[in-house]
Amino acid sequence: MHRKRTWAVLLAAAMLFTMTLAGCGQEGAEPSGAEDSIKVGFVYIGTPGDAGFTYSHEQGRLYLVETIPNVETEVVENVADADAERVLTQLAESGCELIFSTSFGFMDPTINVAANYPDVKFMHCSGFKTADNVGTYFGRIYQARYLSGIVAGQATESNLIGYVAAYPIPEVIRGINAFTLGVRAVNPEATVKVVWTNTWFDPTAEKQAAQVLLEEGADVIAQHQDTPSAVQAAQEAGKFGIGYHSDMSANAPGAVLTSPVWNWGPYYVQVVQSVLDGTWETDSYWGPLADGVVDLAPFGDAVDEETQQLVETEKARIVNGEWDVFTGPIYDQDDALRVPAGEVMSDEAMLSMDWFVQGVQGNPKG
Amino acid sequence: MTMTILTAILATAVTAGTPLLFAALGEILTERAGILNLGVEGMMLVGAVSGFASAYYTGNPWLGVAVAMVAGGLMALIHAFLSVTMRANQVVSGLALTMFGTGLSSYLGKVWGVVGNPFPNHFRPVQVPGLAEIPLLGQVLFHQDVLVLASFVLAAGIWFLLYRTRTGMNLRAVGENPAAADSLGINVFALRYLFTIAGGMLAGLAGAYFSLAYVPTWMENITAGRGWIAVALVIFATWNPAYAVIGAYSFGGIDALGFRLQALDIAIPSYFLKMLPYLATVLVLVLVSKRNLLARIGAPGALGLPYDREER
Repeated sequence: MHRKRTWAVLLAAAMLFTMTLAGCGQEGAEPSGAEDSIKVGFVYIGTPGDAGFTYSHEQGRLYLVETIPNVETEVVENVADADAERVLTQLAESGCELIFSTSFGFMDPTINVAANYPDVKFMHCSGFKTADNVGTYFGRIYQARYLSGIVAGQATESNLIGYVAAYPIPEVIRGINAFTLGVRAVNPEATVKVVWTNTWFDPTAEKQAAQVLLEEGADVIAQHQDTPSAVQAAQEAGKFGIGYHSDMSANAPGAVLTSPVWNWGPYYVQVVQSVLDGTWETDSYWGPLADGVVDLAPFGDAVDEETQQLVETEKARIVNGEWDVFTGPIYDQDDALRVPAGEVMSDEAMLSMDWFVQGVQGNPKG
Repeated sequence: MTMTILTAILATAVTAGTPLLFAALGEILTERAGILNLGVEGMMLVGAVSGFASAYYTGNPWLGVAVAMVAGGLMALIHAFLSVTMRANQVVSGLALTMFGTGLSSYLGKVWGVVGNPFPNHFRPVQVPGLAEIPLLGQVLFHQDVLVLASFVLAAGIWFLLYRTRTGMNLRAVGENPAAADSLGINVFALRYLFTIAGGMLAGLAGAYFSLAYVPTWMENITAGRGWIAVALVIFATWNPAYAVIGAYSFGGIDALGFRLQALDIAIPSYFLKMLPYLATVLVLVLVSKRNLLARIGAPGALGLPYDREER
């Protein structure tokens, strides 16, 4: 009896944990009145309070609502991958004509639900599956990461830069590689040391990972996480940090050199407008720096004039299409030539990247 | 491995283990009274947000700690009312409390406008004069913020309360056999209410440790599931505050140890490390799953059972 009860408790605990992850809240329905209005759904994996990925999409949604008067939005937060089909169906049933599903894990649910609602347009962020009424979109954040790498490479004195990273998947690996190429472009002596946290969101764990890197001698901490904890750890240690997702300078004043950021607003307006105009077509959009979907947050005070100049020059080269980050020669960790001189890596190769470039310390398998 | 790295690992284990320790000590008090409260995560979150908001707007971190404890206590009061007075299913009530607390804390954070706000006046590590000079342990235990130091005193105090005072004996009697305790004139209802609320206050304090010392800001779901580790920790510690200290630092140090091993290029899958607290808890459960042994190691006999005077 006793034993049964204890097990039941543990089981219940496990169940609740899953449920908490799946718990969802709704908000943000603006009243519509005009004739030519459109209802747009947004599905978030987290909550806008994370200062990270969901926050950036929420900023985009707010921009959309401000820019197009007759748009009504419906938001569902904290949607677990397993719950996505139900949420997407619910949004489609409730009259949304366009639904942004903003997490990689929503890919298959989006495709499945889209098949049942051919009149509803779906835009899936960061995936690779499309259909007649499903488009994908993402940003070439690696370009901004490369620029932030230049800043870090200029700033480091110990020539060791720490990188707190979430999961060993191509998106994260691509970011680390682009960052490292930026670092090494200005400071060939520097190395980038990677620690995996295996979580997108855990302020405590992210901070601990950063602390370990700082104790190892890193004097700049970059990160691919959803919270500013890693840059805060850098600030507490009197070192520098590179934020991510949104401008994190307010979270660690004085310590943040810059942050690669998302800027979804104008893109969301463009997509909604195309649906209103009836010109929407399925597409795989991977927005570059030139479109402003990805960008670099304003420089911190610690970034000198020379570095700022250097970054602006490099940014201009990328924006005008003269050059892109993964242009050869690029060597991997084992000094093997991966991209021959003058060649530019294809999008397919970039999207399936599972190896580290020269200058990264760490295991690309996690 | 050099001495400094060892010190750093142990010091991080103590820091990261402190919120687990607060929450586990609270849950030990509650469970010792025979009340199972699975709402730890929810109480921690509400404590974290209300503590942070009050500290942020007044500039006083101590006020934040006090408010966090009151908030945690109020959350626990709901559970006490449901499980003691209404004699509801404690598992359901506790789970509901966690869901309620998770939602409520997100809501409050938005309403109060404190999400992600920096708070410069947070708790910082201090060198305790004299004690910090002790080789190795000095820097591990006594170069910590004041809440960590308070947790040492609290753990010792709760151990003393449980095993060396009449109140502690009454509390254990209530958790073991409320009918017998009642017949001896112990006020079962009062003690269950009191220690459920006390448990909630400590969970609130654990939450405040995240938002006012460790992170330190408010972010939704800032505890990231550590309330559940605290619940597991209570079983791992066999309801004994002394073992809870050891367990909290072991569980707390696991993340940091994993990162350290990665930094040293030692390949141990981090998923394996992450499951260790639960594995250890399951192991303890298996080892002590014999009824008589379970009783001997301290599992309160009436844990999770509502007490009804009419039915004895």
